[in-house]
Amino acid sequence: MNWELIFKWLPRIAEGAWLTLELVAIAVIAGLILAIPLGIARSSRQWWLRSLPYAYIFFFRGTPLLVQLFLVYYGLAQFDAVRQGPLWPYLRDPYWCAIITLTLHTAAYIAEILRGAIQAIPPGEIEAARALGMSRAQALLHIILPRATRIGLPAYSNEVILMLKASALASTITLLELTGMSRTIIARTYQPVEIFFAAGVFYLLAAYVLVQGFRLLERRLRVDACQGR
Amino acid sequence: MTGSPPALEIRDLHKRYGAHEVLKGISLTARDGDVISILGSSGSGKSTFLRCINLLENPHQGQILVAGEQLKLKAASNGELVAADSKQINRLRSEIGFVFQNFNLWPHMSVLDNIIEAPRRVLGLSKAEATERAEALLAKVGIADKRHVYPNQLSGGQQQRAAIARTLCMEPKVILFDEPTSALDPEMVQEVLNVIRALAEEGRTMLLVTHEMNFARQVSSEVVFLHQGLVEEQGPPAQVFDNPGSARCKQFMSSNH
Repeated sequence: MNWELIFKWLPRIAEGAWLTLELVAIAVIAGLILAIPLGIARSSRQWWLRSLPYAYIFFFRGTPLLVQLFLVYYGLAQFDAVRQGPLWPYLRDPYWCAIITLTLHTAAYIAEILRGAIQAIPPGEIEAARALGMSRAQALLHIILPRATRIGLPAYSNEVILMLKASALASTITLLELTGMSRTIIARTYQPVEIFFAAGVFYLLAAYVLVQGFRLLERRLRVDACQGR
Repeated sequence: MTGSPPALEIRDLHKRYGAHEVLKGISLTARDGDVISILGSSGSGKSTFLRCINLLENPHQGQILVAGEQLKLKAASNGELVAADSKQINRLRSEIGFVFQNFNLWPHMSVLDNIIEAPRRVLGLSKAEATERAEALLAKVGIADKRHVYPNQLSGGQQQRAAIARTLCMEPKVILFDEPTSALDPEMVQEVLNVIRALAEEGRTMLLVTHEMNFARQVSSEVVFLHQGLVEEQGPPAQVFDNPGSARCKQFMSSNH
């Protein structure tokens, strides 16, 4: 193992790691915000409300992330309307294409996590809220969502870790995030073992920090104590 | 009777599940201070009746009046009656306390937060006002030291007492108890019954679905015996327990002594 080589390129690899973290952080936070109304609609008792986000979720869960990235990055540019539209400055930029695609992709998964969490709340707890006179909206805001947060948090943390690794696909649309940066360095140095080893360590480190962070959050929200009786 | 309308009046309540008619027209009137126990074997419709009163279940027919105010109902496409005015049903629900068999405390909140949540959101009390009320009630049900504890750290009896405090904090006009001691071990039944007895002695208006026959006899001003979705026997406890007119009620009472 050529440690000297690793140390030499470490600043650039760290740069890539930073971009990876940025992409993932924006995607899972924006994805969560987008997923909240989708997940609530998915758990509705009204069939038409329930089925509205279904096509969206079906598409993003049913096709590979790589294909989605290509569709957004290469595909949208085919349309004159897009090229002349107001969003073109963003849609021509691989950074924004990656953010948009990762966000839309993870939102579909998070929406389903949220639906499952809402449906896992014991019905009696919601009845208790309504029996005390809370409106539907009050019960949703003050009881159902806080409760679903605790049920869904372990699955959400899993999704965040998955996105950390899925973000490597952004390298295919020229982004120099951790994987893209590593490949670029390797193209110059012909030392794949050292560089990918270093990249792997960065991924592990990021995953470790995320896992610990979610563990703290779970403890603070008393997730364990809320499961079952 | 002079003037003031009964605290709770139910007229001709019907409820079906599919083709099976669970309630076949039940009427009941609770005046201020009445403690009415509803007895009957499993499947006689006791709990369903109670849950229909605040529309946790939707009846198919009937009228519900709280302190003379009629609950506005409209027919849904599946034939059930649903609340026609969501503001009204929310307000009336806040005036009708409901105590569940399984407590249904919110496990992610401390006991105190469980109790002050609805008074703050529904009645618009400030946190300080609600907390003051809640602390008095926690002392009353005998778990003042448990205010910052979470429900899963409490025994069943303590959880049910916390749930009763949560209901009382809304200052309801009527309280409905749906088998409040059926999920408890025998040791804890008494502590919950003592709380309910104290409420009865305060003159609160209550409907109580229970299998605790001795208790029902002691606290009730009136006992209703349900059988196959109908009121089979109704009257003061002495009459229903000792001298029931119907054969079915006689059999039920004798099997429970």
